Amino acid sequence: MTASTSTEPKVPAQRGGSGGGASAERERVSAFWSLSRAMLLGMKRDRTATFFILLFPLVFLVFFGSLGKGSSSPHAKVAQVGAVKLFDSMQGGDRAGLDQVLTITRTDDEAATLEKVRKGDYDAMIKQGPDGEVELRFSAADTVRAGAVQGVLGSVVQSANQKATGQPPAYVLDAQQVEDKSLKSIQFLTPGLLGWAVATGAVFGAALTLVGWRKSKVLRRLRLAPVSAGTVVSSRILVSLLTALLQTTVFLVVATNFFGLKLTGNWWLVIPLVACATLAFMSIGLLAGSVAKTEEAANGISQIIVLPMSFLSGAFFPMDGAPGWLKTVSEVMPLRYLVQASQSVLTRGGGVMDALPTMGGLLLFAAVLTGIAWKLFKWEDA
Amino acid sequence: MTAAISADGIRQRYGDVQAVDGVSLTVEAGEFYGILGPNGAGKTTTMEILEGVRKPDEGRVELLGMAPWPRNPKLLPRIGVQFQASAFFRKLTARETIRTFASFYGVGPKRADAMLERVGLTDKAEVMTDQMSGGQAQRLSIACALAHDPEIVFLDEPTTGLDPQARRNLWDLLRDINNEGRTVVLTTHYLDEAEVLCDRVSIMDHGKILHTGAPATLIREIDDTVRISVASGQLTVERARDLLTAAGADIATLEDDSVSLSVSTRLPAPVLSVLAEQNALRGLEVRGATLEDVFLQLTGREYRA
Repeated sequence: MTASTSTEPKVPAQRGGSGGGASAERERVSAFWSLSRAMLLGMKRDRTATFFILLFPLVFLVFFGSLGKGSSSPHAKVAQVGAVKLFDSMQGGDRAGLDQVLTITRTDDEAATLEKVRKGDYDAMIKQGPDGEVELRFSAADTVRAGAVQGVLGSVVQSANQKATGQPPAYVLDAQQVEDKSLKSIQFLTPGLLGWAVATGAVFGAALTLVGWRKSKVLRRLRLAPVSAGTVVSSRILVSLLTALLQTTVFLVVATNFFGLKLTGNWWLVIPLVACATLAFMSIGLLAGSVAKTEEAANGISQIIVLPMSFLSGAFFPMDGAPGWLKTVSEVMPLRYLVQASQSVLTRGGGVMDALPTMGGLLLFAAVLTGIAWKLFKWEDA
Repeated sequence: MTAAISADGIRQRYGDVQAVDGVSLTVEAGEFYGILGPNGAGKTTTMEILEGVRKPDEGRVELLGMAPWPRNPKLLPRIGVQFQASAFFRKLTARETIRTFASFYGVGPKRADAMLERVGLTDKAEVMTDQMSGGQAQRLSIACALAHDPEIVFLDEPTTGLDPQARRNLWDLLRDINNEGRTVVLTTHYLDEAEVLCDRVSIMDHGKILHTGAPATLIREIDDTVRISVASGQLTVERARDLLTAAGADIATLEDDSVSLSVSTRLPAPVLSVLAEQNALRGLEVRGATLEDVFLQLTGREYRA
């Protein structure tokens, strides 16, 4: 048995320089990059994480974006029974204009068509008698559409009468829509949902990384290696910033190309804004991760913060009508400021001065919370 | 020459439990030192205090002449720690894992890959760590602990949960690490492992070191009885007792568990001759004391692995 060699000491073999002779500078840099790389690779390969960080918010954007598209044009469906001279005689441009607001379907059975209007399958039924009288029967299911159909037909009858006199019209209405930015929902939704996505990614990312590392003892490994806390923290910041910028890019590309988002002049200011906000959200995550002992707890604490923060931030709906105390709650949460400032620079033509105070506030928030997290930070569970 | 490790009167309490209760030990440079004890004996806490990840309530520790607590960046490159659990980054391959950990010590990818080769994982380099078997994960963990060429290596139950083949492979690796001149500190559940690998062993229970010495010395020191057993059914317990007493044999225990008839004695010769006279030698086994007997005698309880 080898053990019987008892206590005689072995001669330590000669080894080159004790423990890594590389210069301190090179050591720091390579540890920083390889740690960042390890985290990015892990995240990229984690399908669930990718889904929640990138696809899930995008699904919301597509969902809300499509909803907005539908409601912007109240298109009415009208059934035409038999020949209606009023419509049939319309030519070229006039007819095309009519088709933009009404979908006209030809039918023959009056009774059946009227039944369909009752059921709401058609918004209205139209019929013209031989004496020129135009009958309109409309459903009251959708009062806006009913009004629109009445208005449209009224003006069609008016202009037909006017044409029949052979005189040029005395008054001409020149109506043009004014582009109202606040109305278009995508302009409002994109900055809001982007802010929500960035907040979710950064809070959960920081909290779960910290708790996961503590539980799996990776944190202990880092502590036992000659890497500084600064290296670890800054590489985690780099990873969160890259994630947030990727989210921003994807959001803006999808929203501008598929949902008609129009960016205003200083939209690029959203980049430093998102960066500062990411630090603020990370500090929330660090705090949650410092307090929580398990991943489940970290998840719960993050959720308790992120969910109300999202709903009260104006990311999903405006906070104008909210009661005072709710407004106060939303005012202490950083997401609201990110959403407001990025709405300003992305879609309302805001400039540097709209973004700078928000950036300062977000950084201050991050500094305070990181300080608290630092105090509560634990390397080990027990 | 200073000792590689010296600890003096370390104590650690968790709530009501005195996990470590006044442990003092010295490990010489190049020694293979084992801490043996049942679950909850305080082995892991002792290791954590030695490594410097835990501050003891009382007592003093020095590694290579330096205090490991508070965190000492000068000392860290000179020690390597293998973990009980597989403490790896998520979703990385074996190669990416060891390269990442090596980089923390300023060690480049070539040396990291060489360590992978050293522990026989080159063909598993592209496998995700969560897909590896227990033995592969342990070898990777050891490779990560060795990548920066440390002088002292701490191994916390490295073979727990491995199959016998994987255990033996790992033993060869651990012996090599020690033969290169590294000081190795090992905690283990397994008595045979301590007996085979360690130059010196400390037996620990209830937070205290009960005894320290070379395994062979420890075994010789105890009142060594020899256990002789033969297959059951050749001789009844009563008949055996009568015959043995008549022959003047000194019997410590005598029992029949219906598989074998076993006798413990300090003087095997008369027992063996009685059994031979009775032609009752079928299934004969003679076993000397092991570390298990030492453990039993020191702690007064059955070894719970």
